[in-house]
Amino acid sequence: MVSGDLRARAWQAVASVCDPEIPVLSIEDLGMLRDVRVTGGAVEVVITPTYSGCPAMSMITLEIETALRAAGIVDARVTTTLSPAWTTDWMTAEGRRKLLEYGIAPPPPASSRRALFGETAIACPRCASADTEQLAEFGSTSCKALWRCRTCREPFDLFKCH
Amino acid sequence: MTTTSIVIVETPLVRLALARADDALILGHRLSEWCGHAPMLEEDLALANIALDLIGQARTLYTLAGEATGHDEDELAYRRDERAYRNLLLVELPKGDFAFSIVRQFLYSALIDAWWRAMTESAEPRLAAIAAKAEKESAYHLRHAAEWVIRLGDGTPESHARAQAALDRLWPYVDELFESVTDAAFDVPPACLRADWDIQVDSVLSTATLTRPTAHWSQTGGRSGKHTEHLGHLLSEMQYLQRVHPGATW
Repeated sequence: MVSGDLRARAWQAVASVCDPEIPVLSIEDLGMLRDVRVTGGAVEVVITPTYSGCPAMSMITLEIETALRAAGIVDARVTTTLSPAWTTDWMTAEGRRKLLEYGIAPPPPASSRRALFGETAIACPRCASADTEQLAEFGSTSCKALWRCRTCREPFDLFKCH
Repeated sequence: MTTTSIVIVETPLVRLALARADDALILGHRLSEWCGHAPMLEEDLALANIALDLIGQARTLYTLAGEATGHDEDELAYRRDERAYRNLLLVELPKGDFAFSIVRQFLYSALIDAWWRAMTESAEPRLAAIAAKAEKESAYHLRHAAEWVIRLGDGTPESHARAQAALDRLWPYVDELFESVTDAAFDVPPACLRADWDIQVDSVLSTATLTRPTAHWSQTGGRSGKHTEHLGHLLSEMQYLQRVHPGATW
């Protein structure tokens, strides 16, 4: 098999591996899947962590290895790269759409992060109202904050900009 | 009697990676002591989240130090003696009350956020890569702590008194934040960030109606392994299992 075919097959096999904490998003949607390299018959999948302490990394690594094996690719390894640092700006449009449908507000642009205080307006993922407020900056996982809509009164998760 | 301790030869890169990793690990450990004990659920989650970020940063730094020393992250964390730890005294002090933990977090975050941002330009590419990741996290930690400092300082007489008492007790440990760890060209001397730190801290303290202490003395020694009596107790709890069963996994 030529290496181009193997790379495409490996990419396809691992692209749909999901983040165990946000199962609607794949590692491709998140922008965590950085590269698939083929050397001879060996496959190397390169991923980058979302947060330094992301506890999902070892599980994602395991799922990638499992997906490759299921696709008949045995000579494979998963490596982690830190550079360039992951940003929520890498999330695909498809990923942002899936998040919104799932009830999680997609991240605002990274350029809005720098101010010491204050937040950009976040639209409620359920009723789209802009009249929302932050309840807690650190939510159920490292990548989420807890918000509430003042119009429909529902709480919701915001995927934090990073 | 055999020892389970390891001894590290510290090149400038190893020294810097260990010092910053030890800061993050020990502070992360202190924060994790709040898990299940914070004043409210949201804060419990927040402190645990920040602890997770810090321990994650420590892991990447230990891995970097390990590439040069042949020891993995677990050995560096669990099998160095107290005197080989290079962390700031500030981060090893017992967690105290909530005000104490928050004020400490604020003083530390105000320095480390600026330091990580400066380190994204470091000539050592592996440190610059870690910095690019860490500075995004520290920006959140700084904001969270600063908001709480204001809420406590400008809150009730009780919360104000506790925040001021925490600030007074922590202030002798502030100068150590600005001690150089190495004189390597790839390191950013924290002293050059002091002016910005002063402006930022003064601004938050003033909003919080807290009075900046005028310390007459400074306590240092952490970078050279001369710690307070508290670090040994922390390490004995953290390292116990790996000391009794070196290399144990589960």
